[in-house]
Amino acid sequence: MSELVTTALVAAAAIVVVTTVLVLYRVAVGPTTYDRVIGVNMIGTSIVMVLVFLSAGLDRPEYLDIAIVYALLNFVLSLVVGRFTYDSSGVEW
Amino acid sequence: MILSALIILLAAVGVFFTFVAAVGVLRLPDVYSRSHAVTKADTLGVGCSILAVALYFGTPGEVFRAIVLLLFVYYTNPTAAHAITRSAYSRGVEVWTADTEEDTQ
Repeated sequence: MSELVTTALVAAAAIVVVTTVLVLYRVAVGPTTYDRVIGVNMIGTSIVMVLVFLSAGLDRPEYLDIAIVYALLNFVLSLVVGRFTYDSSGVEW
Repeated sequence: MILSALIILLAAVGVFFTFVAAVGVLRLPDVYSRSHAVTKADTLGVGCSILAVALYFGTPGEVFRAIVLLLFVYYTNPTAAHAITRSAYSRGVEVWTADTEEDTQ
């Protein structure tokens, strides 16, 4: 594939990294713990995007495996926080 | 040539929707609307970027792994956001309405 495409994909990865830094503001200020968890969840998804872009831009297909494992760990983090902080008392459904 | 243009277009759409999700997380008023921004916009952004990379490689092994990753992200991202917001609602995190907006002003 041409030089232009690989450069564009690496540039896309760089832009996603900058966007992720913006989300760190929400992780820092909250106001609740759940806002922070949502922010960390989005940062994890963005890191999966960066890994996928870099696997094409740097021509390293093995980064796709790392992206799959990272997506799995990101899911486990959110699910563990969601399940262990769930308060079942007083819930009607 | 058309393939290169399609790859760059899909990557640009993916980056755009990630930016939209980041703006939503920063600007929206409560947990529930923020998780809505993450679930929809960010999931679409990841989908477009994974499709771009699948088109870039074009070999069966990489396309298969990319599609597995795509289906996995599409399945787990809304599930995780639902678990977090369900927990937040059970702990009494306030839901943003027009009334609560007036109270804070």
